[in-house]
Amino acid sequence: MQFGIFSVSDITTDPTTGRTPTEAERIKAVLAIAKKAEEVGLDVFALGEHHNPPFFSSSPTTTLAHIAARTTTLQLSTATTLITTNDPVKIAEDYAMLQHLSDGRVDLMMGRGNTGPVYPWFGQDIRNGIELAVENYALLRRLWREDVVDWSGKYRTPLQGFTSTPRPLDGVPPFVWHGSIRSPQIAEQAAYYGDGFFHNHIFWPPEHTQRMVEFYRRRFEHYGHGAADQAIVGLGGQVFMRKNSQDAVNEFRPYFDNAPVYGHGPSLEEFSTETPLTVGSPQQVIERTLGFRDYVGDYQRQLFLVDHAGLPLKTVLEQLDLLGEEVVPVLRKEFAALKPAHVPDAPTHASLVAAAGGAKDATVYAAGDDVTGQAREEAEEVEVR
Amino acid sequence: MTTRTLAVVSAGLSVPSSTRLLADRLTAATVVALRERGIETTVEVVELREHARDLADNLVTGFPNTALRAAIETVTGADGLIAVTPIFSASYSGLFKTFFDVLDMDSLTEKPTLLGATAGTARHSLALEFALRPLFAYLRAAVVATAVFAASEDWAGGDGVSRALNERIRRAAAELADSIAGLPTAPPDDALQGPFGGTPSFEELLRGN
Repeated sequence: MQFGIFSVSDITTDPTTGRTPTEAERIKAVLAIAKKAEEVGLDVFALGEHHNPPFFSSSPTTTLAHIAARTTTLQLSTATTLITTNDPVKIAEDYAMLQHLSDGRVDLMMGRGNTGPVYPWFGQDIRNGIELAVENYALLRRLWREDVVDWSGKYRTPLQGFTSTPRPLDGVPPFVWHGSIRSPQIAEQAAYYGDGFFHNHIFWPPEHTQRMVEFYRRRFEHYGHGAADQAIVGLGGQVFMRKNSQDAVNEFRPYFDNAPVYGHGPSLEEFSTETPLTVGSPQQVIERTLGFRDYVGDYQRQLFLVDHAGLPLKTVLEQLDLLGEEVVPVLRKEFAALKPAHVPDAPTHASLVAAAGGAKDATVYAAGDDVTGQAREEAEEVEVR
Repeated sequence: MTTRTLAVVSAGLSVPSSTRLLADRLTAATVVALRERGIETTVEVVELREHARDLADNLVTGFPNTALRAAIETVTGADGLIAVTPIFSASYSGLFKTFFDVLDMDSLTEKPTLLGATAGTARHSLALEFALRPLFAYLRAAVVATAVFAASEDWAGGDGVSRALNERIRRAAAELADSIAGLPTAPPDDALQGPFGGTPSFEELLRGN
């Protein structure tokens, strides 16, 4: 099982000091957090994509490439990649590039984006959100799997004889998860392709996550990718820990009460009862997290949100120490002991290469001239004129 | 004998409240009218005042907490609904609207529904028609023709006035009882029911359906 963290890249005022970090500070902080995640033994760092304040992460592959260069084992992922408003051609190119730079340590999580205004900035309309997710992803898959693509669809300029470069590393596209909080169509999409399904698992009660995951598992089996309990499931989760449980509650409360996503509503205690939020000792976090398996079955990836709502970098790094030293080693052992042998691990580049029968160089060599990039016919046309 | 469930939503704020009083009168009359049609009734009352904070939390978090979820399931799972609100500033109260805002859009479709409202003066009585009825039309509830309004003067005991209120209550209850009695006796046996049962298959999604 993989354990890691995800960041939504929010720049939020620390309610205890009234201070808001600059973009420069917050960007550097996220780099430090990712590096620390590897140091303390976590497996995955996933970064969000947003195109409006208070978020900085409009360009996740730039950030992830930087992190790739400064880590060696950390799996890099997204939370989420906007499959609706990004051009699937650009996603194919950017993430294949990142695959090469990170030696295959990359997968993606597709999402639709959370606010209506983002769509028109990229020439789209939120009312087409599901259709965009379906069409764009179908094209993205072909761009990674076919060297030359002829394509036409509803939402993008047609492609004729298009080759997305670089080709996927070793001829194997990155593994894809699909994230959705409440749209069963997205669980259906993940099931259809045999891709992973990730539930945010932060904002809603466990029963809701359970229903979505159950639906995905049933449909995964329906589409012939394996038994329902072999489907690839990931969960989010939010924790805040101190050795002493009451210290954790006292310290986290102002951040909870003022958090843009759920502040000014239920109390911390109420929210902890109604949702998987766990604020307490490492032991409490271990027990609660092991309990997730009771309602989603054996799953492959657990990501925690630890750096939002204005929490200072120092605190976040302390949280990572607790995760790495006290929580994850126990969870790793306990989950592994419970997992039956026929339930697979989350796919990695190595496992996908093995499944494909070994690494293949996928380079597409153009017939054109390697200085101007012109194909022979184009060059001839120019000469004739 | 057939048994049906009747959910009663009352958005009155004071205790005792004239809104709850009207809701109780409508309920009692409906139970009688259903019994005349050979149907026993289980009544479940949802007092929205008890869920005022739950509803505000739902607006912020996007999901109902355990207590509110139980109230919502009471209403959406019932065979019939009586919904009564005080009129504030020429419309339903904010509390009343918030409850119907947090319901799934389809959860009241075709539900036999009787509307009621109370206010200090009869000059608000058309709020039933210009505010409540469009709300329930949007939710596609099967709202009965008679909606019942009660102003302070209706409770004052003046003979002609309270007789008129009683008559409206009796007529509305009969309409609701007819509507509930006309429901199919067993829910349709649909294999696609259950969570996400209506989700299109991915082949349909690819075709753009």
